[in-house]
Amino acid sequence: MNNNNYNELHDASHSFEAVIGLEVHSQLLTKTKMFCSCQNIFGKEPNSMVCPVCLGLPGALPVINFEGVRLAVKAALALNININKKSLFARKNYFYPDLPKGYQISQYLDPVSSNGYLNIETDGVEKRIRINRLHIEEDAGKLIHIGSESYVDLNRAGTPLVEIVSEPDMSSAKEAVSYLKELRDILVYQGISDGNMEEGSFRCDANVSVRRKGDEKLGTRAEIKNVNSFKFVEKAIDYEIGRQIDLILSGGNIIQETRLYDSKENVTRSMRGKEEAHDYRYFEEPDLPPLILDEEFIEKVKNSISELPQSKRKRYADEYALTSYDCEVLTQDKNIAYYFEDLIKVNAVNNKGKVEIKKIANWVINDLLFALKGIENQPALKKGNMPEQEDFFNLILEVETGNINKNTGKIVLTEMLLTGKKPADIIKEKNLAQVSDEKGLEGIIKQIFDENSKELTDLISGKDKLFGFFVGEVMKKTKGKANPKKVNEILKNFIEEKKN
Amino acid sequence: MDLSNLTIHQINDLLKCREVKSVDITDSYIKRIKEIDPIISAYLYNDFEEALSNAEDADKIIQKNSDFPYLTGVPLSIKDIFLIKGKRTTCASKILDNFISPYDATVIKRLKKNNYVFIGKTNMDEFAMGSSTENSAYKITKNPYDLNRVPGGSSGGSAASVSADLCAGSFGTDTGGSIRQPASLCGVVGLKPTYGLISRYGIIAFSSSLDQAGVIANDVLDAAIMLKAAVGFDEKDQTTRKLEIKNYPEIVKKADKLTMKGLKVGIPVEFFSEGLDPKIYLKIMEIKDLLKGLGASIVDISLPDTKYSVAAYYVIATSEASSNLERYDGIRFGSRFNEDKNLQSLDELYKKSRELGFGKEVKRRIILGTFALSAGYYDAYYKKASLVRKLIIKNYKDSFNNVDIILGPTSPTPAFLIGEKMSDPLSMYLSDIYTISINLAYLPALSLPIGAVENPTKKGGVLPVGLQLISPWATEERLLSVAKVIEDEVKFREKYTPVM
Ligand SMILES: [Zn+2]
Repeated sequence: MNNNNYNELHDASHSFEAVIGLEVHSQLLTKTKMFCSCQNIFGKEPNSMVCPVCLGLPGALPVINFEGVRLAVKAALALNININKKSLFARKNYFYPDLPKGYQISQYLDPVSSNGYLNIETDGVEKRIRINRLHIEEDAGKLIHIGSESYVDLNRAGTPLVEIVSEPDMSSAKEAVSYLKELRDILVYQGISDGNMEEGSFRCDANVSVRRKGDEKLGTRAEIKNVNSFKFVEKAIDYEIGRQIDLILSGGNIIQETRLYDSKENVTRSMRGKEEAHDYRYFEEPDLPPLILDEEFIEKVKNSISELPQSKRKRYADEYALTSYDCEVLTQDKNIAYYFEDLIKVNAVNNKGKVEIKKIANWVINDLLFALKGIENQPALKKGNMPEQEDFFNLILEVETGNINKNTGKIVLTEMLLTGKKPADIIKEKNLAQVSDEKGLEGIIKQIFDENSKELTDLISGKDKLFGFFVGEVMKKTKGKANPKKVNEILKNFIEEKKN
Repeated sequence: MDLSNLTIHQINDLLKCREVKSVDITDSYIKRIKEIDPIISAYLYNDFEEALSNAEDADKIIQKNSDFPYLTGVPLSIKDIFLIKGKRTTCASKILDNFISPYDATVIKRLKKNNYVFIGKTNMDEFAMGSSTENSAYKITKNPYDLNRVPGGSSGGSAASVSADLCAGSFGTDTGGSIRQPASLCGVVGLKPTYGLISRYGIIAFSSSLDQAGVIANDVLDAAIMLKAAVGFDEKDQTTRKLEIKNYPEIVKKADKLTMKGLKVGIPVEFFSEGLDPKIYLKIMEIKDLLKGLGASIVDISLPDTKYSVAAYYVIATSEASSNLERYDGIRFGSRFNEDKNLQSLDELYKKSRELGFGKEVKRRIILGTFALSAGYYDAYYKKASLVRKLIIKNYKDSFNNVDIILGPTSPTPAFLIGEKMSDPLSMYLSDIYTISINLAYLPALSLPIGAVENPTKKGGVLPVGLQLISPWATEERLLSVAKVIEDEVKFREKYTPVM
């Protein structure tokens, strides 16, 4: 292709827009499976968490797990989706070895909730993404392929899922990722899902089509499956948009099909064949009565919803004047957000608001999160094993009041995370308190002057650079414990004296 | 002493006054089964060792207690559709040829609690699909009144086993008449309770919204005894209801012909249309006159939409069956037909297993149901059939505003010849024309032997005729009481016994 041609194509591609809708499947954090009393637990020996119901044995019948219903309703309410007081379970019929009954219990015509929305922000631009429905269903098992043989593990079969279907309201891969992240944040925050994309407890299929800008009619869409990270979602959609535009520009036709994303090659590939021929023959699940929810139940679930990350971010910015970056980092994980809020409480209630909130935020973001990351590979320390809020706040105070310096503070923090000891004890044990007493420091400084008379002479005669050398020597002698402010003060006084 | 021609309440009387032991009774049945069943073929398999061990256990209980349940020490046969832990359960299908159940059906659990004696699994139409038991993959059961004729179906083995005194009573299932029609053809009592009265857990599903377990017994009191032992809410079956459990045997014992006075008996015009054997018509009229003579008022009623019931039934039943039978794929249990290991794909494995595992009628219904649910046909078939079902429910509801009980024939003809209807599925389907609408309406109904007609192919032989009684939702006690009064008047058991 010559350059001219390329430019033409490139320009032409700008006259297209992408239309993206997402189908998200999220497992629910229930104790037991959706339709039986087997434990809902990941990583156990294959086929050890099974019973006649989730094995699909003859004669076995499903029983609705109301904890699963509660979490689904909670998810729907958190996503502004209307709850349908009467909904129906339905069977989705197809053959596959990981689907023991030959059908999946799902919801079809009458889902538990429909018509909602989620506000997202992409590159500073806000947008409302409509949600078509959220419904309850069960997960399938897993196939394990070893050599030419395939094995079936049904531990996952029957795990509660919600499927959340958006309207095709997104127009870029970035928007799709914003939507996904926001959605996952909410589900994780509310204790509905663990949001783990790698383990597959939070999964996403993307419906992608393109059309010429200004066209009303939607283009033919392709469904992309098998994307198991935010990064891949973005890459897969971008690839697919490009593929479709190229195909149209070169005179081809988009066919409606399912495509798998190959993360190694960064391409999507047609699954072809059978998958397309599916007629799921949905009909009402005759083994289960209609799901009836009363006002009282819905109200109760509503009251159990805690503040959403979005509104936390807004509040942090408004009330604490934090930067949008700070707000973002602090609300990424609900445990961090709650921890930060606890620190603010400790500060306000027990310490009369002594410490600036921006400083507390910095401590959490720059020191605590950093330290946690640094010791993640320490097997003794479990992820999320944070110091007591009181202890961490006391550490901040130790630094703020000058009892120890910032660098020592970092050392104490690591020690706290590893041993769980209180900061005061660590400081005492390791003798880390700053040397601030003037007499002591004066003595040390005099000694250093004696040992470095040449440098002292040079400094007095105007080589100001050497001031730093003497500060360094004091730190060396005090093993870093000297209060730098005090050292500066005393040194300056001495030198002024000597100059005069 | 031959102890194998007793009713359950007679056995109970004998056990109570400790005149005989359960082991003696069980032994009598075993001897009779060994002698007679090779001719009748009511059983698919027996376990005499287990039966005797059950009997010994029961005898221990009887020895220790003066009060024990009616079914303690009583040998019962079980249709091979109920799962019994550790026992083969085939549903008369090759696809479950090697299936050993790992759990007990709820009904079986309850029977075990009563210390019943399990004497064997009875033959049936494969997956309960049929009206003659000729669709069994294993054997053809003969009608004890004429070995050239069918016992009816699908619970034909159960009805024949009771009729031929090869057990004291039998548990079967009724999806469209599968208990009542064979009971009628074999001259025994058959009761299909209200949908949801007896748990379906552990009963191999044919059509989930129509299937209901029930009893086949020598007389009405026995039916009441067996019913009481099986009914009740089951947390494993969400379609069971939390209803007060009535003391059916005591109610039946108190049944009095004086209570027939003022009873409003409905005679639906649609149940006496063309297709009904005139001799059966006359027999039913005799009962109508009998009740009238006892002071009941006879009311002509109409169930106008029952003419659509066979069509609606075959759409709903086959649709649900097509889904319920998807789990038989040769992957996890049952027969997998890949001995030659030449199969090239998963699809071939499915196809081969299902092709060789299912019989002709089962395949016919799977294809019908798959078609009825498929995209583009759902509205025309399944949805319409569900609407018809609502109309039929309303027909009965309206009728029961005016009458207490409805009376009609159970089957349009007496037992037909083996092979007579096998080549004509439609005429076979019509043998359930009077029973089907009751399943669609979730109602209870009972077939009572009221007499016999001349056997046209056997000189001096007779063929039993059954009367069907239908009552409102969850009013089994009414059915049983009226049946008991009629039973005492017609004295069928005194007049007729099979001649083998
Ligand atoms: Zn299970």
